[in-house]
Amino acid sequence: MCGTCGCGEDDHITYRKPGEYNLFHAHEHAHGDATHTHAHDHSHEEHGHQHGHDHSHDDAHTHTHSISLERNILSKNELIAERNRSFFEGMKIVALNLVSSPGSGKTSILERSITELGEKLNCAVIEGDQQTLNDAERIQKAGAPVIQINTGNGCHLDALMVNKAMKALDLKQNSILFIENVGNLVCPSLFDLGETKRVVIISVTEGDDKPAKYPTMFETAHLCLINKTDLLPYVDFDMEKVKETALKVNPRLEFISLSAKTGEGMSDWYAWMQKQ
Amino acid sequence: MHELSIAMQIVEIVEDEAKKHDAAGVSAVHLDIGTLSGIEPDALKFAMEEAVRHSIAAKAELFYHFIEAVAVCEECCNEFKTEDYFKVCPYCNSINTSLLKGKELKIRSIDIQTN
Repeated sequence: MCGTCGCGEDDHITYRKPGEYNLFHAHEHAHGDATHTHAHDHSHEEHGHQHGHDHSHDDAHTHTHSISLERNILSKNELIAERNRSFFEGMKIVALNLVSSPGSGKTSILERSITELGEKLNCAVIEGDQQTLNDAERIQKAGAPVIQINTGNGCHLDALMVNKAMKALDLKQNSILFIENVGNLVCPSLFDLGETKRVVIISVTEGDDKPAKYPTMFETAHLCLINKTDLLPYVDFDMEKVKETALKVNPRLEFISLSAKTGEGMSDWYAWMQKQ
Repeated sequence: MHELSIAMQIVEIVEDEAKKHDAAGVSAVHLDIGTLSGIEPDALKFAMEEAVRHSIAAKAELFYHFIEAVAVCEECCNEFKTEDYFKVCPYCNSINTSLLKGKELKIRSIDIQTN
């Protein structure tokens, strides 16, 4: 069963380079607009008519015992994330998981970074969106190798998706891998991708109480980029308040303010990347 | 969010473990859910009802143990309960704190039936 919508098919996910068809065979599952016609969903057992042999003579001989598991439910994702992490460490790759609400400027920050640093920035990009190759095309135009993951209905990337996508990229030693997560400040916080650092991006147009409203994401991040500083004169955004609030949730969070549009602050971001 | 996919993961793990022990059935599943794990309890309960159908845990009694969040202050070393992520130390007001408990998302144990 699909964990996103509960339907019968498992894999709506595609992995593509700009201009290419699917690199991996995945089930293109169209849900249709309003109605779900899933004939396989309803079995007769659901109506409680168990004509089974529950009450058998064996009952007298069943033993019940408790098994202690202490097993993390997300362990499957975590195991793959650790494999990704080991790979990155072995290849001396700094993998950055970029998370934010849709529209904060993740792709623009990447575009500008890739364009300005050029050859000096030895990098590759994994893009995540529900649909379209739009972001991957922008990255390719800026000059970096990129794979676009389309999750279909999915709202976050997970370690397995990253594992599959990175195999399709020719990752080099001593490079940076940018993983631009699906625009969503809630769900990606639960899913370790194996990244070296997690970067949460907000923009000044989103309000200075963002860290208060989405604490799980800020708690799991290492760096907070505050983008669109060029718009500060036009919005009510208290820079100090946002940092104070975020530090209460995560006292170890670092901050860089910048504008992907004007270039202000970008050098601090480049310097931070260098340090990793 | 994702309570359904988490419920499915739980059932998958329970089935794996039950198979390892040659279980004929699972009569109980004990889950540890931290109050700051990001999981919505009602949504998980609802999702579990669906996820266990047709599985070896279909008749299992589900126990949800909600773990209260506890933080520790790095400055004064005191531990304190907290209900949210704004874990400012109530003793010395420091923001330099970290969570000790409250983010758990695990299967504590299962009760299996063998013949």
